[in-house]
Amino acid sequence: MAEKECELGDEQKKEIAKWFLLNAPSGEIQYIAKDLRSVLNDDKVYDEATSEAFPLYNKFHLICLELPCRSGDVLITPYNELEENQFIEPRTAQIVTIDHVKQACTEARPAADEELASPYVEEFRCALDAEILKYVEDAYPKGVCSVYCVDGKDAEGPGCNFEFAVVIAAVRNSPKNFCNGSWRSVWNIKFKDDLQVLEIKGKLQVDAHYFEEGNVQLDAEQEFQDGTIFQAPDDCAISIANTIRHHETEYMGSLEASYSNLPDTTFKDLRRKLPVTRTLFPWHNTLQFSLTRDIQKELGIGK
Amino acid sequence: MEAALGLMRRIPPKHSVTALSALVSLLPNHSSDLLSQVDQPLQVLCDSESGKEFILCEYNRDADSYRSPWSNKYHPPLEDALLPSDELRKLEVEANEVFAIYRDQYYEGGISSVYLWEDNNEGFVACFLIKKDGARTAHGRRGYLQEGLWEAIHVIEVGPEDETTRYCLTSTVMLSLTTDKESSGTFNLSGSIRRQMTMDLPLADGHLCNMGKMIEEMEGKLRNSLDQVYFGKTKEMVCTLRPPSEVVMRLPNS
Repeated sequence: MAEKECELGDEQKKEIAKWFLLNAPSGEIQYIAKDLRSVLNDDKVYDEATSEAFPLYNKFHLICLELPCRSGDVLITPYNELEENQFIEPRTAQIVTIDHVKQACTEARPAADEELASPYVEEFRCALDAEILKYVEDAYPKGVCSVYCVDGKDAEGPGCNFEFAVVIAAVRNSPKNFCNGSWRSVWNIKFKDDLQVLEIKGKLQVDAHYFEEGNVQLDAEQEFQDGTIFQAPDDCAISIANTIRHHETEYMGSLEASYSNLPDTTFKDLRRKLPVTRTLFPWHNTLQFSLTRDIQKELGIGK
Repeated sequence: MEAALGLMRRIPPKHSVTALSALVSLLPNHSSDLLSQVDQPLQVLCDSESGKEFILCEYNRDADSYRSPWSNKYHPPLEDALLPSDELRKLEVEANEVFAIYRDQYYEGGISSVYLWEDNNEGFVACFLIKKDGARTAHGRRGYLQEGLWEAIHVIEVGPEDETTRYCLTSTVMLSLTTDKESSGTFNLSGSIRRQMTMDLPLADGHLCNMGKMIEEMEGKLRNSLDQVYFGKTKEMVCTLRPPSEVVMRLPNS
């Protein structure tokens, strides 16, 4: 093999390190980081890579961190990020400071009024949060959810448009059983006052990793679009939650269908369980193949 | 090195090529160890003489050339290149012919190659390779797959000939399949597993028959455990995250 002894620069090493971190399966970035540290053998590059990659990973995977003093959880998402390490938790109206690399909360303080949505918008948000919470408790054994106002939070009353993001995350890590997985839903809801409609867009991502004596991963994704009419806060909340429930239940059904189609259809296109002849291959009698071929050759009917 | 292999065990299998080349560039001193311990996707070349495709691996490589099992010639041509003995080459030719039929019966398409070479302990080593692209645009008969790749690498160390001969088989299967339908979105499963099997078999049936039966049994087992165990575990995980609605509704009654 050709010797390519061009040493990588620190910048290239950092980019490679970031690539590994960002491609870590759900719940496994700390394991990836540990191995990466010893592969890199360069703490400066390692520190730079982790400080750049962890925030992206945490927000992409919608990780959930426990608040100080066990006062609840905060989801880390692109929708509730105020500054680099600061996230708002609207249900308890707190501003949380986190350490991305340690994946821990370091501080929490009550949010100031101007950091929260206006009372008008908050009424819609609160009603939706309550409905989503009910749904998540019902559908996900270990689900966490939140509703954020991502646009138009200062709308004082009717006549203004605003937008919410509903985030649902369910994670299960059981390294002892060599299994990790996560379900992540993000629903963007545009309240269009001018048209008196709500525009609902959803993206679901599901992944699972099983790695006992092997490495097998599921990676599934689906997007949805729907809508409903602009109503009073409580009615909007019920209508949105029902829409989300409907699509997520249906999606779960289609995941199950994809799995049950595997053995006899999808997987069969890679390799059949039995040969086309439906009997095991006649290894003890392979002479027949060369005989058939010789005859075909002689008769000039070979391919 | 341990840590590098640890990374390979976690990184999504569909990214294994990128991951491996990244590790090789980070650890140039370990590159040959890495390349020999981590199975890579199989590459294919076309034999200019027979017009047939053959699979490349470490076992048919000499310098930067690869030997075709069909013409026994190196591509690109190489002077004084290593060739198997006449006796072994005869078995190799037969193995390639029969294995191609086996492959067609199980895979309904794909490419296969078999390479044999002498080892130092009076025996020989055989490598059976299969690569199947099951995408609907390639050899996917049923057209279900947006993308689908199955690669099997079987290496058999064959011991000295006696009344019985010892066969040590190491098999790796790497696969990836994606379905992409409007109703169900993208659904991708990818993975790799490796298993070993050792058997002492009478020579009466011949090497090819013995090796073939072992490979057939092993491929059946690997396919089965991928389907039942590995895919099954990921499904179990999904159902733990969000139990199917029927279950939730049925629970109070049961």
